[in-house]
Amino acid sequence: MADGVVRSKKTQNKTVARPRTALLTPFLSSNPCPDLDLCPRFSLSESRRSSSSRVAGVEDEGRTLEDFSAALAMNPFSSGTRLRDMIKAIRACKTAAEERAVVRKECAAIRSSISENDQDYSHRNIAKLMFIHMLGYPTHFGQMECLKLIASAGFPEKRIGYLGLMLLLDERQEVLMLVTNSLKQDLGHTNQYIVGLALCALGNICSAEMARDLAPEVERLLLTRDPNIKKKAALCSIRIIRKVPDLAENFSSPATSLLKEKHHGVLIAGVQLCTDLCKVSEDASNHLRKNCTEGLVRILKDICNSPYAPEYDIAGITDPFLHIRVLRLLRMLGHGDADTSEYINDILAQVASKTESNKNAGNAILYECVETIMGIEATSGLRVLAINILGRFLSNRDNNIRYVALNMLMKAISVDSQAVQRHRTTILECVKDSDASIRKRALELVFLLVNDTNAKPLTKELIDYLEVSDQDFKGDLTSKICSIIEKFSQEKKWYIDQMVKVLSLAGNYVKDNVWHALIVAISNAPDLQGYSVRSLYKAFQLSSEQVSLVQVTIWCIGEYGEMLVNNVGVLQVEEPMTVTESDAVDVLESCLTHHSTDITTQSMCLIALLKLSSRFPPSSGRVKEIITTHIGSVVLELQQRAIEFNSIIQRHQNIKSSLVERMPVLDESTFISKRAGSSQANISTEKSNQQLPSGASLKLSNGVAKPAASPLVDLLDLSLDDTPVPTSTSNDFLHDLLDVGLTNSSSSGVASASGTDILMDLLSIGTPVQSNTTPENGSSIKGFNDILPIAKPNTATVQVVDLLDGLASNGSHPGAQSPVHPSITAYQSSTLKITFSFTKQPDKPQVTQIHATFMNLSSEAYTDFIFQAAVPKFIQLHLDPANSNHLPASGNGRITQTFTITNTQHGQKPLAMRIRIAYKVSNQERLEQGQINNFPPGL
Amino acid sequence: MLGGQLISVLRREIVEEGDEKGVNSMGIRFVLLVNKQGQTRLAQYYAEHLTLDERRALEGEIVRKCLARTEQQCSFVEHRNYKIVYRRYASLFFLVGVDNDENELAILEFIHLFVETMDRHFGNVCELDIMFHLEKAHFMLEEMVMNGCIVETSKSNILAPIQLMEKAS
Repeated sequence: MADGVVRSKKTQNKTVARPRTALLTPFLSSNPCPDLDLCPRFSLSESRRSSSSRVAGVEDEGRTLEDFSAALAMNPFSSGTRLRDMIKAIRACKTAAEERAVVRKECAAIRSSISENDQDYSHRNIAKLMFIHMLGYPTHFGQMECLKLIASAGFPEKRIGYLGLMLLLDERQEVLMLVTNSLKQDLGHTNQYIVGLALCALGNICSAEMARDLAPEVERLLLTRDPNIKKKAALCSIRIIRKVPDLAENFSSPATSLLKEKHHGVLIAGVQLCTDLCKVSEDASNHLRKNCTEGLVRILKDICNSPYAPEYDIAGITDPFLHIRVLRLLRMLGHGDADTSEYINDILAQVASKTESNKNAGNAILYECVETIMGIEATSGLRVLAINILGRFLSNRDNNIRYVALNMLMKAISVDSQAVQRHRTTILECVKDSDASIRKRALELVFLLVNDTNAKPLTKELIDYLEVSDQDFKGDLTSKICSIIEKFSQEKKWYIDQMVKVLSLAGNYVKDNVWHALIVAISNAPDLQGYSVRSLYKAFQLSSEQVSLVQVTIWCIGEYGEMLVNNVGVLQVEEPMTVTESDAVDVLESCLTHHSTDITTQSMCLIALLKLSSRFPPSSGRVKEIITTHIGSVVLELQQRAIEFNSIIQRHQNIKSSLVERMPVLDESTFISKRAGSSQANISTEKSNQQLPSGASLKLSNGVAKPAASPLVDLLDLSLDDTPVPTSTSNDFLHDLLDVGLTNSSSSGVASASGTDILMDLLSIGTPVQSNTTPENGSSIKGFNDILPIAKPNTATVQVVDLLDGLASNGSHPGAQSPVHPSITAYQSSTLKITFSFTKQPDKPQVTQIHATFMNLSSEAYTDFIFQAAVPKFIQLHLDPANSNHLPASGNGRITQTFTITNTQHGQKPLAMRIRIAYKVSNQERLEQGQINNFPPGL
Repeated sequence: MLGGQLISVLRREIVEEGDEKGVNSMGIRFVLLVNKQGQTRLAQYYAEHLTLDERRALEGEIVRKCLARTEQQCSFVEHRNYKIVYRRYASLFFLVGVDNDENELAILEFIHLFVETMDRHFGNVCELDIMFHLEKAHFMLEEMVMNGCIVETSKSNILAPIQLMEKAS
């Protein structure tokens, strides 16, 4: 229908009734965002009414213009009513499901129309598909229809066909191959508009393959007369040389000639082509530098000085887009080239000083000009001019201008950081802006501005602002502050102070590796440990909701609790404070029981408590109580820790103090290098661990056994960014406890290797390693035997608590208060092995608990296994039931049995015992007997 | 199924190829028109190979980000690895995704030129004009931007082919 006719009708209507909101009505050219309140609201019902009235109008028109009915079918836009109907139907949908249903119906109709090869409706179909595609529904089935339209003869069909192709194309490769031929034909068409269409499509979608096929055609078109074709051919060439940079040299001389044109479209396209040539090819860039600089300067001069040109005028400036493109190309040409830079100095100065800065268009040019001045080898005078422009921008009220100024200052900082420093106060103000985009830019800029001299005041400003900043900005701000603090800390005290401030203001946003670093630093500063723990304690009193502050405080109290209480190493600046032991325990208890504390923190609390129980003997009863309450914890990790720590407190007083000794100084350089390399894959670090089983983790343990929370293990670990993996198997826990730098059990090889080494260390605490007491590994800790060739098939203790028990009875000094006795092999035959390990209550020297472990060395399982023992009269024996009477073959399982003996003549007569073991092998009874005389002395 | 996989593999290859050749370092990445309710009214992507799901997600993210901003805030939003320059006209938001080194102020000016061009053609252009004449809006955009580069800035030059076509039919 003659869309023109409709239009004439529409224009008549317009003045009468047009209840629509025109986009430009409230338009104010200086204000980029038209005032919200001035905008007439665009209500849906209103617009729907108006659309239907318009549609009705169109229908009337359609009836009265029967003559056009023949043309209707041929015009791509004649089927507008049906497209309108579809849009109306879609807009009437109230739910997404309704919309989907409508779209599905439409798509089905279009598909059937396509399959019926209904030529009359194909353009309407494509138009509908475009709309459906825009709504985000699959429309790939329309692609072939587009190809058909492209192949047809008429311009309108081609037009919509190409448009559809560009929009709907998603399965690129296949369809592109089919379209290449049509494109080639259209590029050679006599109609300039059809050539333009083909160029446009090629410029938007062409692949490398097509680029090679069609480059000669495009090259030819670059030299035609028609400016419309020329400009499109130039942009098409950009796509071609991006896809196939080898073709660049073919285009450099035609590109140069484009710059001599008068038509702005050709110029802007030509300048962009030259810019891209510079990017892809050094040769082309040199060629252009030689041949084009003069031409570009002339273009710039012409548009600067040209009289009013209505077609290209924007706010009194002729074609700012061309300005900007030329300036950009000059930047590429002048970059690193003194001669060119000198040549363009004048014109840049002219643009920078003459362009009016009261309109957006002028500012856009100034912005680009400043960037060019910064990008080339400009004279110092010109640079001052540029920085001054930025200063003006920075104090502008318009946020857009301030944003670009900040953006530009970031680039200027590498050129002239002194000049940028002058604007520091203003920039710092921008960090506090209400606009997130400006804040973000300003923060990045401030980060670049920090140097050794201004680090302290800037950090103070930023930390002050941290207190009042938006929640969603705190994350960015915190990470930047932390990196400034870490990068520019010249003295440890300052670093610790600032970190404590950040932790207490925004501890929830601090990344794990940052507070890990703080702990490493504190560990390395013996003079400041007391100060640190006191400041952390003070900070904790004020803000106990910040996770990482809480964690660091817990760690420090655990490690340096006595410094807190005894005021060790008080600095002059410190205010005196009194903290009692129970205050310190209070902190830990409150953290442990606080509802929002996570498992990691709670685990840390438990460890800190264990440490305090040894640091503060008077509080140990209370600590024990707190730990005991967690024995029933539903969280496996906490339950396990609680049980194990409880057992340490109850039964292993003798080794506790050495177990919970202070962590050895954490190796700062190792940590830093690990942190730097933490981005590397864990695999590689694990590998290196395997190669060096006595690597970092071992070095840190220094042969001193100490419990360590998994976060600390993590701290020592290579995978610093991982959250601590809650360890759940006893094997893992062993590693945790022994402070092996491993967080997961996946690398069992590494785990057992270093685990063993640590174990060796552990054994070497009190006494020299006793070769006959090396615990034999269970299946869960493979490789012990390989690493410890001295291991005799002796005591077998698998569970960790047992292991500790074993250690408790083994690794003692003879003169220690409560002697610990080594395990023994009580009995061994070719078929059976019995090992005993011993524990003693310190206050009851006569009483010994013996854990007997039975192991089947034969290849057949034993059933009905019974162990009996007889002792001399001066000894009382109490046998507990065994845990099983079935003993699997080949040492694959074991029976344990505990019995208590009371030596009434303790100290005078040694223990002696006769044993009898009865069992069945494939229903045949067997009996073994023996006497045990090798009990360790002192039982 | 297999076809789908093949296609996605191919697409990935194309994207990688594009990245290698630096196709992604181009001025305009997409032009998006969205109304106040967040419904897309026009979408044109340049050298962005997005699946429908990716596109929906992207548009959703951008629209959420931009529409939430007040008008005192600046017209630039950083999103993923590019910037969005946006401008509001009555009920319509014009969002243009550009590379980080693009001149943001010039893009603002470009948006305005686009609106003025449509206004000249439709006469007091409004959201409905763009909806019902989606293809014409696309034709204009096509005359103005090719492969992410601005190709024509004169309104009459942009509209000439469209008017010719209307006269012809």
